[in-house]
Amino acid sequence: METAEKTVTPFTSKELVTDQEVRWCPGCGDYSILKQVQTVVPELGLNREEIVFISGIGCSSRFPYYMETYGMHSIHGRATAIASGLKATRPELSVWIVTGDGDSLSIGGNHFIHLLRRNFDVNVLLFNNEIYGLTKGQYSPTSEKGKITKSTPMGSVDHPFNPLAVVMGADGTFVARAMDRDPIQLRTVLKRAHQHKGTSLVEIYQNCNVFNDGAFEVFTEKSTKADETLFAEHGQPLIFGAAKDKGLILDGFQPKVVSLSEVSANDLWIHDERDRTKANMLVRMFDDPSREGHFPRPFGIFYVEDRFTYEEAYQQQLKEARDRKGEGDLDALLSGNNTWVVE
Amino acid sequence: MENNTLLATEATILFAGDSGDGIQLTGDQFTNTTALYGNDLSTFPNFPAEIRAPQGTLAGVSGFQIKFGSTEVFTPGDRCDMLVVMNAAALKANLKQLKPGGIIIANTEGFDAKNLRLARYAEGVNPLEDGSLETYKLFKIDVTRLTKATLEGSGLGTKEIDRTKNMFVLGFIYWIYNRSLDTTIRFIEQKFAKRPEIVEANIKTLKAGYNYGDTSETFMQRVEIRPAQIAPGRYRNINGNPATAMGLIAAAKKSGLNLFLGSYPITPASDILHELSKYKHFGVGTFQAEDEIAAICAAIGASFGGSLAVTTSSGPGIALKTEAIGLAIMLELPLVIVNVQRGGPSTGLPTKTEQADLLQAVYGRNGEAPLPVIAAKSPADCFFAAFEACRIAIEHRTPVFFLSDGYLANGAEPWRFPSAADLPEIKPNILNSAPAEGEKFLPYRRDEKLARPWAVPGVKGLEHRIGGLEKEHETGNISYDPENHEFMVKLRAERVEKVADYIGPQTLDQGPEKGKLLVLGWGSTYGAIKTAVKTALDEGYSVAHAHVRYIHPFPKNLESVLRNYDHVLIPEMNNGQLVRIIRDRFLIPAEGFSKIKGIPFTAEELLTKIKTLA
Ligand SMILES: Cc1ncc(C[n+]2csc(CCOP(=O)(O)OP(=O)(O)O)c2C)c(N)n1
Ligand code: SF4
Ligand SMILES: [Mg+2]
Repeated sequence: METAEKTVTPFTSKELVTDQEVRWCPGCGDYSILKQVQTVVPELGLNREEIVFISGIGCSSRFPYYMETYGMHSIHGRATAIASGLKATRPELSVWIVTGDGDSLSIGGNHFIHLLRRNFDVNVLLFNNEIYGLTKGQYSPTSEKGKITKSTPMGSVDHPFNPLAVVMGADGTFVARAMDRDPIQLRTVLKRAHQHKGTSLVEIYQNCNVFNDGAFEVFTEKSTKADETLFAEHGQPLIFGAAKDKGLILDGFQPKVVSLSEVSANDLWIHDERDRTKANMLVRMFDDPSREGHFPRPFGIFYVEDRFTYEEAYQQQLKEARDRKGEGDLDALLSGNNTWVVE
Repeated sequence: MENNTLLATEATILFAGDSGDGIQLTGDQFTNTTALYGNDLSTFPNFPAEIRAPQGTLAGVSGFQIKFGSTEVFTPGDRCDMLVVMNAAALKANLKQLKPGGIIIANTEGFDAKNLRLARYAEGVNPLEDGSLETYKLFKIDVTRLTKATLEGSGLGTKEIDRTKNMFVLGFIYWIYNRSLDTTIRFIEQKFAKRPEIVEANIKTLKAGYNYGDTSETFMQRVEIRPAQIAPGRYRNINGNPATAMGLIAAAKKSGLNLFLGSYPITPASDILHELSKYKHFGVGTFQAEDEIAAICAAIGASFGGSLAVTTSSGPGIALKTEAIGLAIMLELPLVIVNVQRGGPSTGLPTKTEQADLLQAVYGRNGEAPLPVIAAKSPADCFFAAFEACRIAIEHRTPVFFLSDGYLANGAEPWRFPSAADLPEIKPNILNSAPAEGEKFLPYRRDEKLARPWAVPGVKGLEHRIGGLEKEHETGNISYDPENHEFMVKLRAERVEKVADYIGPQTLDQGPEKGKLLVLGWGSTYGAIKTAVKTALDEGYSVAHAHVRYIHPFPKNLESVLRNYDHVLIPEMNNGQLVRIIRDRFLIPAEGFSKIKGIPFTAEELLTKIKTLA
């Protein structure tokens, strides 16, 4: 696609607010995410009319109704597929997908992995609250094993998904994690997600204070956050801890937590978001925080790869066919190669 | 022609042999030559269900039936006058298709011990030798030996020589019907342009087959079937699936929209995907999705973006699309859903034809979810019906079901194709500017067709949100208001009914305007009903034929047409579906007539039934 010089009409966060009453439960993590998205989007150099938010079904999927852009609240699990058709045919649009852990990883699991493999240039905001919010609290494919919910009174017997490991497995080209309670990190990640050309997958830990309150408490609460989380920054050593006194090193292929009193910062694992092998290790740091000797949970952008997007290749073929054969002629098509005349 | 030539008005030939015998190619060639000669015709291929069934077995038999005549022809024929068999399995599988006293042309080499065993003839039994075919006119030809003799010294290997034997048979059939070899010679020259020795061999064998008729004393009666009196004009041969693809492309051109197909392969619909994939230079984009749900959802996304969006499938895939069709109904976006029906339920009979998805198309969704349903009646008609489905989808902003079936998809007939200029323009009316200052954009405000605006992303001032939740009238905002819901349900029904204002009245295909019996058909039963009713009329019965293209909504005058007859008979390749809708809508005692065997009605079956009521 030729990129004609486009004129951008700036808009404010306020102009992104719709006249619809926001209907999430008071205290729901979704509010904060909406706020950060509305803050970041005006800073991206886009025209408001070229932005489209597409969602599936779930509490999180109400999102498009609250964004004064084009939007579609579709059906459960299918936002990814709908966005694929839109982006293939309208590559110039800025397409955002909003989905929940059930929406993307249960019912929509198939489309989710295929979106990633095809690498459409879209941004996926995966609101992970480790529960089915809208249907009032059943366990989800990201709920921990043994979770007691309405549908699992004796605890769930399912082994959960590690969402970002799924994303890496499906050859995602932008893999990141953020949380509702850390607006600065979230904004940083969202901006980069937009800039990335390809499918940008941002898993956002989101607190459902009604059906799964505190699921991410250890990562978000002031008292534990510094020791339990690690924010990966490209080119920087992986350091964490309240006193910034702990770090990660790679012992062969084995990540290890070390104390900075013993190891110099220069010898730490330096985060390289282009390194697929290390990104795979980072997303695999998925320990239960109650387990003895567990790793901190990493946040930030773990992996970025430049790979052609589906819509580029798709549009390229359309153009190539026209270049080679000329614009299709309907009369020639209708008559085909073999005709005869009846007098 | 010599005076021992028989003059006939029509003939039906069934070519049958192993998949590897080049049966389809032979049939195609005979079809092209016959069409050029000026006969009317209709053809139907019969492929084996398995892709690579073992050679020589009954499962591996491939067939191609053609009916051609000096009068109009509407079906590939009930039973054949001539059965051409390349091996024993082909005879065994198709003998019941041959008319009493019909002609069998058999390749004797295909009846050796091995072939007889594979065809499951009892030990030591050879139908060509045991007199069991006595009531037929049997012509045994050692095609293999004759072909070998023809190509002696050509330098070609045994395998290559063997591959030309279908040309010998074709040449012989051309001799019987006194047809020119030119079309086939031209075809051979093009097809094997890079291999002159193969061109020469095929042409030589073709001519040898023809000359064999002249020189050998086969006592074969030559038959003359004169050109038919058909409407003058330029014709081509067309199958249903390519006709559907062309109808979609034509609609895209005539509406100025890009065509987008979201599809997942399934028999017998895949050929539409294959066909459309070839036309990228028409701006046709095809997306082979991960499943049928993704296929239709991608199409919905493309429609939201302003493309003419289509999804193609067959029964099991249509079932998967159901939820998304409901979404498209709520979104009120253009979308064409093509169902090339096959035998069901479940995986059913994938390679066989059936019309059993009609109720699914009309009613098969959760909630009150009406949409227009259109059916094609013949291979060429797939073009017009697909075009019409697009017109309604675009101009009325609604998903539309287009019903074809396996029989139409693979069947072929001559088509006096239109020129692009003859086709009507389609007006998408995509909004390209915001409402005037101070006015609010209302995404669900309606025009005279009760269609809402098509506002696609990219236009400043038209930003809006749509979705599957119930909408408030005009604003499109989410609404749980009970009054609004009932109002919207009725409005969605009304706007589909409104389509009836924009379609022509139901016409009679033939027969008197009032009488004893009306045969009401839909879809691919057209040719058989037409043939049967024609015969019945010739024999003096009081019967007429009407064929419905618009199944939902019906043309406004349909009821009055039905009430002009004492009886209404509705033949369908299902357990009675249109008949239920007709009885329900009009409270008339229409009578169903079912055939659920994966094969079309024969005109004979219908005629027998008609005679009991007319
Ligand atoms: C086809 C279909 N099946 C089931 C549902 C019911 N349903 C709606 S949302 C949902 C789960 C939502 O969970 P999640 O995607 O995690 O979103 P959340 O509400 O937690 O944000 C389910 C099962 C539905 N709407 N559609
Ligand atoms: S149920 Fe949970 S996720 Fe849904 S709105 Fe309420 S707090 Fe948020
Ligand atoms: Mg959830």
